Amino acid sequence: MDVIRPSAGTGEDFAGEIKRQTSQDVAFCYQCGNCTAGCPYSEFFDYPVNQVMHLIQMGLREAVLSSRAIWLCAACETCTTRCPCEIDVAHVMDSLRAAAFWEGRQTEKEIRTFYESFLSSLKSHGRIFEAGILMRYNLASGHPFTDADLGPQVMKKGLIRFLPRNIQGREEVEKIFRKFAERRAK
Amino acid sequence: MKEYTYYQGCSLEGTAAAYDSSIRLVMKSLGVALTEPPDWSCCGSTPAHAVDRLLAGALAARNLAIVERMGSRTLLTPCPSCLSAFKKAQHAMASDKTFKEEVNGLLDSPYDCTVTAKSALQVLYEDIGTGEIARPVTTALPGLRVAPYYGCILNRPPKIAAFDDPENPVSMDRILAAVGVDVADFAFKLECCGAAFGVPKKEMVLKLTAKVLSMALDAGANCIAVACPLCQQNLDLRQSQVNKALGQSFAIPVLYFSQIMALTYGYTPQEAGLTKNIVGPGALIAARRPVEQQPVEQARSASE
Repeated sequence: MDVIRPSAGTGEDFAGEIKRQTSQDVAFCYQCGNCTAGCPYSEFFDYPVNQVMHLIQMGLREAVLSSRAIWLCAACETCTTRCPCEIDVAHVMDSLRAAAFWEGRQTEKEIRTFYESFLSSLKSHGRIFEAGILMRYNLASGHPFTDADLGPQVMKKGLIRFLPRNIQGREEVEKIFRKFAERRAK
Repeated sequence: MKEYTYYQGCSLEGTAAAYDSSIRLVMKSLGVALTEPPDWSCCGSTPAHAVDRLLAGALAARNLAIVERMGSRTLLTPCPSCLSAFKKAQHAMASDKTFKEEVNGLLDSPYDCTVTAKSALQVLYEDIGTGEIARPVTTALPGLRVAPYYGCILNRPPKIAAFDDPENPVSMDRILAAVGVDVADFAFKLECCGAAFGVPKKEMVLKLTAKVLSMALDAGANCIAVACPLCQQNLDLRQSQVNKALGQSFAIPVLYFSQIMALTYGYTPQEAGLTKNIVGPGALIAARRPVEQQPVEQARSASE
């Protein structure tokens, strides 16, 4: 089948870049809108997900990577499940967010800070220390009272631990992060 | 006696401890032995795959490699986020040799792609079956009408999850019916609650969560059954935030499906971990009573 590639030859082959990273060919998207119709986050997005696919086709890399949509996607997989062209749309969104993340973009600072807080906890202890993630997030995000209203209930019910527990293989987990960082630096 | 390698996951050590304890009770009653992989680490969950696929693969594969070294081929995990991390890592590594090498390059001990991850729901539904599930039932819960809420990633995307229907799953409906519980038709079985954004994007989660709660009431349910720690947290712990932010007055108990099963197996509300629930299901379970005959008939019709 011939597929029209609007950005081919313009030096802005963003769809090609995405394909190399995800092996998903966004050029196959014919804008049926199934992904957006099922997307629970459309009302919060600046570009609904079908438009994100279209922007990729048009080679508009900057518009896509500076969008809020790629951060606000919570990866529910509805788009991937329903795409008639069998594009793994959620995987494409993951890859766009990853690109924005490593370029240091701050479009959705809170979400970025939350991910960083989570991964930092994982790296330090080998497992997640829920209270620690919230504390780090509250300090780093400039929203120091996030979920403070839930504190009394959470404590009364004994839902959180106050001290982290490290696994024995903590260094092995830290090494995964270190080797990954070395690979990225290359 | 059936045996499974059981990956508890971080949430089930913390805010979702009642999910862990009730799954263990249910499995014990069904004669299923659970063994924990030694020194497991976090699966990476959403934040890992949100920032890099290779990092996510390695964090998941460290655990899969431990299970592989135990000589086990199946990993049971109750948490859909862990499940999805393991299934995605397994799928990507098994189908892409270069990716497999890259992931193994980050690990001390390599993973050879021999482990299949299954949710607790899948093990109960497919390996044990509704007939067996009905056997230990001693207690009826006549006050309960349950909306079964699967959450978004337990059985999606279908190619990777390979379990139940991706648009209208029925496993939880049938398991709950098999233990004699009244199950409502629920249109929002799969609609996302906002997942991990409860902290960084609260307004989004509260809106999405309110829709799920409201649809459960519309379905005639007085209680929601969940299979995911994050869904439980958003629907139960954040219900007070939903009420405050959106001017609502929801008071719907949100139980792990395994807590409901444990109650029907005769465990006390305390043993089933109900003291950990924020919105108390007290009034709904007050009417519980012994069943004279096991609801085998119900199980039979549920599995048909």
